[in-house]
Amino acid sequence: MAKVIVVTSGKGGVGKTTTSASFSSGLALRGNRTVVIDFDVGLRNLDLIMGCERRVVYDIINVINNEISLKQALIKDKNCDNLYILPASQTRDKDALSLDGVERILNELKETFDFIVCDSPAGIESGAFTAMYFADEALIVTNPEVSSVRDSDRILGILAAKSKRAVDGLDPVKEHLLITRYDPKRVEAGEMLSLTDIQEILRIPLIGVIPESESVLQASNAGTPAIHLEKSNVAEAYRDVVGRFMGEENLPIRFTTVEKKSFLQRLLGGR
Amino acid sequence: MSMIAGLISYLRGTEKKTAVIAKERLQIILAHERANRGAAPPDYLPALQEELMAVIAKYIHIDRDAIHVQLEKHGDYDVLELNITLPDKLRSPAIHPE
Repeated sequence: MAKVIVVTSGKGGVGKTTTSASFSSGLALRGNRTVVIDFDVGLRNLDLIMGCERRVVYDIINVINNEISLKQALIKDKNCDNLYILPASQTRDKDALSLDGVERILNELKETFDFIVCDSPAGIESGAFTAMYFADEALIVTNPEVSSVRDSDRILGILAAKSKRAVDGLDPVKEHLLITRYDPKRVEAGEMLSLTDIQEILRIPLIGVIPESESVLQASNAGTPAIHLEKSNVAEAYRDVVGRFMGEENLPIRFTTVEKKSFLQRLLGGR
Repeated sequence: MSMIAGLISYLRGTEKKTAVIAKERLQIILAHERANRGAAPPDYLPALQEELMAVIAKYIHIDRDAIHVQLEKHGDYDVLELNITLPDKLRSPAIHPE
């Protein structure tokens, strides 16, 4: 049975699209037939992060309006055999992304794919709501920062009360906390919320921690999802996330501590 | 950080870290926001407030806005909170003669 996973956060700029790109790539690398959908109508960016921006001809709104078939709008990923991208529309009105239309598309995709990853726009308006409404599971992308944690909590409230699963009285949406842009140095210095702090506040299971890294920008510059980077902590951390999602329970959380410094180094305030 | 500043902060080590402040602030605001989340307040609240007002006004002179009725969620149970601000000087009871 196909699963619908929403990548959401409330707050913008925390790493939803980066995560959607790497998470869907990771699922596909493991042999799962995967499709990733950009729900950010008007501000499409998943295509850039996936490096397929020049191959976009049709988009999700064309499919909803029955102008083309779903197959015509799907773009095959350049890095993974089992991965397809359904881009958002860059020009149409947001209201065109109707719940009925999206449900029809998701049902059609469920016949072919194992996983459907929905990249939500920021905010709690209709686009974000539509992205999360049909979800079976949710990745809540959160930065160790007060406004991001608060917005994540708000999103959790909406998932619990207004998602289709909640409305239909089914099992609730399975929620996973994904902490991104984590800087262990600053956490140890008491300048940043720790992962246990965030877990204590949001009270949902942790699926992974992505360290703050310069390589994320380099990946987006090149249009290659960060999970494909070589010798990168970010890539390893995203592979761990996918592993845990697929049920590998014993993967330790990595890249969350600093290598210990000597007393003298700390005294000198070296970074 | 200069060497001296580093030394001072290392020796003191007492100042509250901003991460601790962040956690405390989040816990307070989220407790509040979670309490107000979910279903809209039941529609009998305004009427309940009116009637309570009437009863209390029989004994104490208070302003209309000095009384607050609120329904809060605390985990599994709801709490009906009645908050009445009494005037600084309690006037003599307004017992109606009739």
